Amino acid sequence: MRDITLGQYYPVDSPIHRLDPRTKIILIFLYIIAVFLVPNLLMYIPVAAYLMLAAWLAKLPFSMLLRSLKPMRILLIITFVLNLFFASGTQKLLQIGGFVLWQEGLLTALTFSLRLILLVTGSSILTLTTAPVTLTDGLERLASPLKVIKFPAHEMAMMMTIALRFIPTLIEEADKIMKAQTARGADFETGNLMARARAMIPLLVPLFISAFRRAGDLAMAMEARCYRGGEGRTRLHKLAYTKRDVLAFLSILLLYAIILLPRML
Amino acid sequence: MNGVPHIQVTDLTYRYEPDAPKALDTINLSVPRGQFVAILGHNGSGKSTLAKLLNGLFLPTEGTVHISGMDTRDDDKIWDIRRTAGMVFQNPDNQLVATEVYDDVAFGLENIGVPPDDMPPRIDEALALTGMSEFKNRAPHLLSGGQKQRVAIAGILAMHPEALILDEATAMLDPQGRKEVLQTVRRLNEEQGITVVWITHFMEEATHAQRVLVMDHGQIAMDGSPREIFAQVDRLRDLRLDVPPMTQLARLLKERDIDIAPDVLNVEELVKEVKRLCPLCLKN
Repeated sequence: MRDITLGQYYPVDSPIHRLDPRTKIILIFLYIIAVFLVPNLLMYIPVAAYLMLAAWLAKLPFSMLLRSLKPMRILLIITFVLNLFFASGTQKLLQIGGFVLWQEGLLTALTFSLRLILLVTGSSILTLTTAPVTLTDGLERLASPLKVIKFPAHEMAMMMTIALRFIPTLIEEADKIMKAQTARGADFETGNLMARARAMIPLLVPLFISAFRRAGDLAMAMEARCYRGGEGRTRLHKLAYTKRDVLAFLSILLLYAIILLPRML
Repeated sequence: MNGVPHIQVTDLTYRYEPDAPKALDTINLSVPRGQFVAILGHNGSGKSTLAKLLNGLFLPTEGTVHISGMDTRDDDKIWDIRRTAGMVFQNPDNQLVATEVYDDVAFGLENIGVPPDDMPPRIDEALALTGMSEFKNRAPHLLSGGQKQRVAIAGILAMHPEALILDEATAMLDPQGRKEVLQTVRRLNEEQGITVVWITHFMEEATHAQRVLVMDHGQIAMDGSPREIFAQVDRLRDLRLDVPPMTQLARLLKERDIDIAPDVLNVEELVKEVKRLCPLCLKN
């Protein structure tokens, strides 16, 4: 329980790691849109190649990318199977009893599964190459123009930072409370779902009370350290776009060109 | 600014609610620049409340608090006061904000609007002064309690304060952590001339101060040098406080007709006395 690493940040030094977080966030958005704009199955090849290039530049092992798909595996299988059997079309490929496998069904199944895989691995490149705090910084800067319409960009980023800071502390505390309750005969492991959910109450109540107490303490400590919201605040970490970021933006434009130009012509 | 007492408290009364009993009752206190004051008192004696009034976290119900001549009730000065009189709290976990030591020390600097390029030297200096430089990239939850408190102190030092107020900063630490924090603060007091207000319920810690205040029922019950205060054993007992363990030991020895000074305050002084009485008992 001691050494909890948050998120899935993969700490190596690579050109992708060193990109400005804002660039990476915008790029991921553009990439996601690109995945949805792909007109036919063939055009997934440049998108996948783009993804692979990014992963290679980021020095990410292939297994890390596969691991990000693991929580999605059931959804992937369901997506594939449903599209395979419940689509109807004109070209029969195979018939087993009452089930007919249509060519269109196979194509949609492949399209949707590929789309899902590309989306998930693509966004995991963002979280694998960007430390959570840097990501928060980037989000704050990107959202700050929205302050004009009273969007609390700074407050949101501060809350995320504090959450990141306190998650390990609270996990440790939950572990401690759990052991204390177990020592007094509490049972967290057996019984049906309802019984186990009920067993969590003596864990959650003290955890919540302590979290509120911590929040009160922290608010006072922050005030004592002159915290007064985002106004007039400077930041230790400066964000600056470099040549590398320009290259990154150009690369996504190139991807768009490859996907969309054949359709235009 | 010289000549003005660093911390000046005049007829200070404080109530948590308008009709609640007085948490602090007509306190008058003047702390000169560079002094190390320890404040003792049993639970509920008002010592933590006083600490929070010293940097404007609470505002006086009656009377005034001045830090370097600035009134804590003055809205325009409140941030200067908080920067000047930095505060360390009891729970080491609940005062660090960032996910890395270095970033946490920067937090106060960011708040007071220090230009980014000026921050690194100030952060490095503060970490060096607290002996935390080698931990600068560590996540706070991987530090010991004493180390977390030293980071909290570094966060304040980076803001170049003139006074440090420590509100039972060692209460939740193990003996090793208590020692680390006390040594750090004593060094800052001696070398940097920072005024220290050290609130504690460990008598031993108060022996290292230049001046000891004992609080009871929201009032200052005793005020003097550690030696004057801890000589008054019966008075302390009335206020539900003990004398420091080494003073206690010396008194018990004295009762057994051993010719030891009864006003020994801490281990160092006791060692000196034992060496005097029996030069061969201790090596070195």
